[in-house]
Amino acid sequence: MMKHFKSLLARSTVYLASAFTAVMLLIIVASILFKGIPYLTPSLFAWKYDSVNVSLTPALINTLSMTLLSLLAAVPAGIGAAIYLTEYARRGSLFVKVVQITAETLAGIPSIVFGLFGMLFFVTFCHMGISLLAGALTLAMMILPLIMRTAEEALRSVPDSYREASFGLGAGHLRTVFCVVLPAAVPGILAGVILGVGRIVGETAALIYTAGTVAEAAFSLSDSARTLAVHMYVLSSEGLYMHQTYATAVVLLIIVAGINSLSYWAARRLSNGKV
Amino acid sequence: MINVREESARWLFIAAAAASVIAVVLICVFLFAGGVPGMLKIGIRDFLSGTRWRPGSSIYGILPMILGSLYVTAGALIIGAPAGLLTAVYLSRFASPRTERIFRPFISLLAGIPSVVYGFWGLTAIVLLIRRYFGGSGSSLLAASILLGIMILPTIVSVSEAALNAVPESYYEGALALGATHERAVFSVVLRAARSGVTAAIILGIGRAVGEAMAVMMVAGNRAVIPTSLFRGVRTLTSNIVIEMGYAADLHREALIATGVVLFVFVLIINLLFCLFKRKAHA
Repeated sequence: MMKHFKSLLARSTVYLASAFTAVMLLIIVASILFKGIPYLTPSLFAWKYDSVNVSLTPALINTLSMTLLSLLAAVPAGIGAAIYLTEYARRGSLFVKVVQITAETLAGIPSIVFGLFGMLFFVTFCHMGISLLAGALTLAMMILPLIMRTAEEALRSVPDSYREASFGLGAGHLRTVFCVVLPAAVPGILAGVILGVGRIVGETAALIYTAGTVAEAAFSLSDSARTLAVHMYVLSSEGLYMHQTYATAVVLLIIVAGINSLSYWAARRLSNGKV
Repeated sequence: MINVREESARWLFIAAAAASVIAVVLICVFLFAGGVPGMLKIGIRDFLSGTRWRPGSSIYGILPMILGSLYVTAGALIIGAPAGLLTAVYLSRFASPRTERIFRPFISLLAGIPSVVYGFWGLTAIVLLIRRYFGGSGSSLLAASILLGIMILPTIVSVSEAALNAVPESYYEGALALGATHERAVFSVVLRAARSGVTAAIILGIGRAVGEAMAVMMVAGNRAVIPTSLFRGVRTLTSNIVIEMGYAADLHREALIATGVVLFVFVLIINLLFCLFKRKAHA
């Protein structure tokens, strides 16, 4: 009897805790959607931002350019590093260990520390000023370990028989990597890159002091530019446009949810491909 | 000709692999070069154990912020760790495959929500509720703890679920064969076998909580004094930097960078612990 009571207690605690997690998520998403959707007006998407109409279009454009620029820096470096680690390096060599440890360290550094570093290095030391470029490079450093790790996993999951077949047909190392191994790993790499995009879109702390808060679409690399998340932060701290802040949150949520399902889909394709 | 191409490609890949090493070295060099001189000028003891932060009169003690980060993180753990761990247990050993398929994308959505969105929600929901039922401004240690507790849930759930799933099925079956109930087998055998991985998950959650800046700043009230009650405002190391960096100059600026150095060292220690436990989990 006692045994059953304990089991029941354990079971109900588990259910209760999971219900808490699920309910919290539902409350957060539902309350933001509920309060924000009514204010998703066309004027919120007007071409220009001014203090009367806090349009989010410029911030959206900046988010797009920020994402593209960061990916431009982080994706080649991340994939290149992953290729080195899986296809070239001897496992367990000192360099590989150092690379893996630093990548793990990099992954754990808080975004505000990246922001601080970006301000000291890119903005001041490299004389970039508070700009799109400084922000994008800071973010590129931030997502580098994520892209590296996912690409490494994707490359490792490509069966060795692919490589052996390619070598057997007389292909060189480089050709094997680019024509055989890399294409087979594309879905996994893509899933990682998409996750990186999600982090870029949601980032604020690393950008405030590197890319700044100017609410206009940046047309040059040296312009200051606020992304959508920074835009939302500024709106919320000004506290004048609560409804529009909610609406901006809805747009951010939709983008993030879209990115998430894309990544999920890409990862699923990878595991399907393996079977 | 082909050899030249192969060789140069190899070096290109090596350079790419070196990028993360260079990044970490640069971060260390610039942070320490920017922060340590200021710390020495203030005096390392005065800086770390000073209880007053008054940039106006050149008094820079960050003990309130260190304690603030500590309290907020502890509060987040009290809320997030049990819920996260039990949710992981549910997903790994109780849920039907169908529930799990629905639940998992939800968890990753929770992980993907930007911290400003969390912060804004906390400001308009948690802070308001605390103000209504407990008085005060509502922006408080309690609000920050609750919000951070929710924010670290997905980290703890996904990492500890992976640890639980990695426990060999034979452990569970062995426990059942000895007459244990499903619950007992899960809690006394599977969970115990996964404890290194679970500890790693909680440490990772601590890392996220310590490093979170925006969401905490939006709900914590940000008073730079040692918190005496759950309902008083509290300032963390991260929010100290975000709040004042915009207008700081000279020694004040250096003191803020030094705050970043302290935060960085904390996070390095947490990372080290995480790696140790992860290694142990895989061993």
